[in-house]
Amino acid sequence: MASTTLTAPVETTAKTRTKTPSWVWSLPPVAALAVVFLYPLYLVVEQSLRPDTGGTSLQPYADVFASSAFREALGTTVWLAVGSTAGCLVLGFVLALVIAFVPFPGGKAVAKFIDVFLSFPSFLITLALLFVYGQVGMANGLWTDVTGAASGPFQFLATPWGVLLAEITYFTPFVMRPLLAAFSQVDTAQLEVASSLGARPARIVRQVILPEALPALAAGGSLVLVMCLNEFGIVLFTGAKGVTTLPMLVYGKAILESDYPGACVVAVVNVAISVGLYGLYRVVSRRVGA
Amino acid sequence: MLVHSKTGRWATWGVFFVLFLPLFALPLLVILAASFTTNWSGALPSGFTGAHYTAATSGDSLSALTTSLVTAVTASALALVVGGWAALAAASLKKTGRRLMDALFVLPVAVPSVVVGLAVLVAFSKPPMLLNGTRWIVIIAHTILVTAFAYQSVSAAIVRLDPAYEQAAASLGARPSYVLWMVKLPLLLPSLNAAAGLCFALSMGELSATMMLYPPDWMPLPVQIYAITDRGSLFTGSAIAVVLMAATLLVLLAVSRVRTKASYR
Repeated sequence: MASTTLTAPVETTAKTRTKTPSWVWSLPPVAALAVVFLYPLYLVVEQSLRPDTGGTSLQPYADVFASSAFREALGTTVWLAVGSTAGCLVLGFVLALVIAFVPFPGGKAVAKFIDVFLSFPSFLITLALLFVYGQVGMANGLWTDVTGAASGPFQFLATPWGVLLAEITYFTPFVMRPLLAAFSQVDTAQLEVASSLGARPARIVRQVILPEALPALAAGGSLVLVMCLNEFGIVLFTGAKGVTTLPMLVYGKAILESDYPGACVVAVVNVAISVGLYGLYRVVSRRVGA
Repeated sequence: MLVHSKTGRWATWGVFFVLFLPLFALPLLVILAASFTTNWSGALPSGFTGAHYTAATSGDSLSALTTSLVTAVTASALALVVGGWAALAAASLKKTGRRLMDALFVLPVAVPSVVVGLAVLVAFSKPPMLLNGTRWIVIIAHTILVTAFAYQSVSAAIVRLDPAYEQAAASLGARPSYVLWMVKLPLLLPSLNAAAGLCFALSMGELSATMMLYPPDWMPLPVQIYAITDRGSLFTGSAIAVVLMAATLLVLLAVSRVRTKASYR
């Protein structure tokens, strides 16, 4: 490197550098974020307080909270999210356990497949389930072929159970990834010792592996909980009239009914729940260092 | 090794594949199979055809593919600049400032995408920022959503960066902009690449916010898939879905190749 290029600029920057404190550099991206995201969010809150009749009041909130559609959507959203998260945790734990501690040839490929799986959009799962469990899909086709019945027993796709199955399928990899990372930190010597002392696999899992995995489980679980609360594509593709979640309600009110104050109220409630839980997730994952 | 007996191991693997294959491998295989099928009203698809791919790569679907690609590339590039800049700026702040930046830039992950779409729709439907009906409203929404991920992965990489390199450069008299451009950014290149791939994949598959605000002449692939399957053309929808997955995978593959090259520097 030529020394001439180095000496000249240093003096000039020494002067300008002292003038600009480092926080100034964070202003442009924050300003950009404020214009396209924070200000729009504020507008949503503002609009939620402005009924069509004019003025500022809490009337839209009262109306929405009183409607049975909203209460049902809130209940459905919460139980679907909690159920999916529980399913993902159990399934993800079992699958990650096998990949990490009962290794088999091709296990690496399976882990890679899971990474790829994460990069696909969620609604593809529902699309696939239509072919597997749909009215004339594989499962029902097999059933009618074997038993000769007119229709198969798998009619759950348009019910909340179909959404639950799709969500568990799609979100389990999000639990497995942090778990696999945590399992790779576990000292296998511990397992060998426990096993040579006569502990059975179930006991090793309970007393050696599970404590190590708890932080990753907590982090993955709360992330999945938030993502399930916010999931839209899976529910939209199910096309079930009976399954309305909060994001679906926002979409329905805003786009289908053009009821913007109502949509904004539901949006504010949804944001409050999700951001609250996400804050909790950040605190938990920072505490446990996952 | 957790299970020592041979039968026990086989049983465990059996359970694993009984869970794994139907849940994760089957959906993707089914979509692939359906995209080549003329008729599926039994256990197995029947009739082989490539016609769905002709439909998936022509007319509306082709323009949806280019729409998605343009949107994803633009949104990822913007997100890398804004998110990378924010992450670099946050790294030089003190603890409180950094926490604040973290909270601000991660917020779009926590806010439901549908609400991000609604907020952008509400804000950009009136002057002075009247963008409703243009492609920019879609690109802005995608950028907001993926910037959070770009920020997270770049700031995670900055934490792992060895400060000795920039200290050495600075002690030799390099000015901050030179350190940033010649030392920090090259070292961050692998993670910037990974972030670009992540942003691209997310933007390609984005449906929730897009459903809220896409104009008729700027319809990305996921919306097209929804519109077509909603009309009952499940097989064409599957073919478009395969095109979507293939495009995403190709870009991810290209990005990971660049990454391995960069990490040898």
